[in-house]
Amino acid sequence: MSEPQSSLLTALDLVPFGQSGLEARFFALRLTHPGWTQWRPGQFVMVRPSSFGFELPWARPFGICHMTAKHLILFFQVVGRGTQRLAQIRPGDEVRVWGPLGNGFALEPDRPTLLLAGGMGIVPFVGYVHLHPKPWNIHMLFGHREPIDCYPVDSINERVPVDSLREHTAGDLDNFIFSIQEHMQDIAEQDGLVLACGPLPFLRTVRQFALDSGVRTQLSLENRMACGVGACLGCVTRTTQAWPVAEKRGGMVQICNHGPVFWAHQVEL
Amino acid sequence: MDLSVVLKGQTCDLHLKNPVLTASGTFGYGLEFASYGRLATLGGIVVKGLSLSPREGNPCPRIVETTAGMLNAVGLQNDGVECFCRQKLPRLPWRETAIIANIYATSPEEFGELAARLDGEEGVAAIEVNVSCPNVKQGGVLFGQDPTLAATVTAAVRRNAPHKHVMVKLSPNVTDIALMARSVEDAGADSISCINTLLGMAVDVRSRRPRLANVVGGLSGPAIKPVALRCVWQAARAVSIPIVGLGGIVSADDALEFILAGASAVQIGTANFMDPAAAFNLVDELPAACRRLEVPSLSQLRGSLVI
Repeated sequence: MSEPQSSLLTALDLVPFGQSGLEARFFALRLTHPGWTQWRPGQFVMVRPSSFGFELPWARPFGICHMTAKHLILFFQVVGRGTQRLAQIRPGDEVRVWGPLGNGFALEPDRPTLLLAGGMGIVPFVGYVHLHPKPWNIHMLFGHREPIDCYPVDSINERVPVDSLREHTAGDLDNFIFSIQEHMQDIAEQDGLVLACGPLPFLRTVRQFALDSGVRTQLSLENRMACGVGACLGCVTRTTQAWPVAEKRGGMVQICNHGPVFWAHQVEL
Repeated sequence: MDLSVVLKGQTCDLHLKNPVLTASGTFGYGLEFASYGRLATLGGIVVKGLSLSPREGNPCPRIVETTAGMLNAVGLQNDGVECFCRQKLPRLPWRETAIIANIYATSPEEFGELAARLDGEEGVAAIEVNVSCPNVKQGGVLFGQDPTLAATVTAAVRRNAPHKHVMVKLSPNVTDIALMARSVEDAGADSISCINTLLGMAVDVRSRRPRLANVVGGLSGPAIKPVALRCVWQAARAVSIPIVGLGGIVSADDALEFILAGASAVQIGTANFMDPAAAFNLVDELPAACRRLEVPSLSQLRGSLVI
């Protein structure tokens, strides 16, 4: 695993997904390569474009979407003032990036693996399906609210089958939850692995099904972060009695440097 | 360029290879930043506040970004002084750079106990006393807002840590910071660091809720630099012990502003979140910043504000 480092990268291009022009809210951002030798899908980076100036002192945490031999690719949705400013980035702009941070998802090539993605939780799975040596063992269930072309689904679908469900009404949500349960029961019977990334209510549901069925399940958590390296203590979450380190059982640990990926039975949500 | 500085105390001096320290709570135990630069190149590392027993801290959200700054109400989550001494300190380059233990307690007796524990640790070069905490026995009034209480705490640490440089970190949330500075100097402090965070608040208009679970929190970052400079200047004129300035320092020129206002050294806080290599970079940039001002050493700048 590469030691994390801080690099000044250059923006290469910003590609809108779904709507384009002024209406665009979903973007793939391609940056120059930060020079790390290794990374794991599920790891993240802290990203601070020079346009933040002094006004926005924090970098923003983003799960690594993908890395190629020449590029670091991020994918984001505009939700606040940081991502608004990031959406205005132009080719050639400088971006401070530090990483790779956190632990990343388990990768067990021969084990049937179910990927559960809620909305933007799909992002780290792009890299996951591309780095997995046996993608035929993977299946994805994807729940989303915005039109499907807002998300990087195609790059996953070219490697693994994706069942997607769009939530329009409360009834759709029930269907999605039912579908999660059904898929998790199937994978439990195959002694498989479940990896989930998405909003907190979704992760709570997945966690409960994981505890009920006993299937090995990892959850990628997110939280507000100022540093991403374990210092600011802004992103803590509570562990259970199953946490591996005795002194921290039932205590608070940072999501950034103890996660962001956790085994479902080791954290409270 | 020789950047070394000696903080000449009343009891113990503190030798720094350069005037750039990292501020408590923004640099973990130092080890978290080891891959972004060489820790030994820093003037010193002020570690996350230590209490006698581990503390869990406040509920989330505990941090929020504000314009040119941030609020935190972490509530001094830490693993306790024992864990620090046994597990963290041995892994820090304490022979090469000054490790400064920031301590937090809720009574003068507890402060004394913490000081005594750290006095015997060879790897600890100095103790920074966080007086911005509530005195549990006296209805939660902050030690740092009452000159008598601040002096009591300072004296307790001084008495129990006779072999360590004692730095007292002052709060800006006071009417007269010069009075506080004189009070802790009289109680035996070797140096003063100022400022701690400014008490602040942020509100989410849509949910009508405060953005911090704790409602209020400490403001830090570039937004507070003018207040911090004013406090350093006022404190430096009031006492003869050295001042360590902090509050919103991002660049080498920011650091020089504090030194001109009377600081002997500085601490880098929120800037560590803007780039984890910030403190290391600032050490590298200081000599060039001095050369631009055509001064051969920092001592020629210290307190040389032209009024």
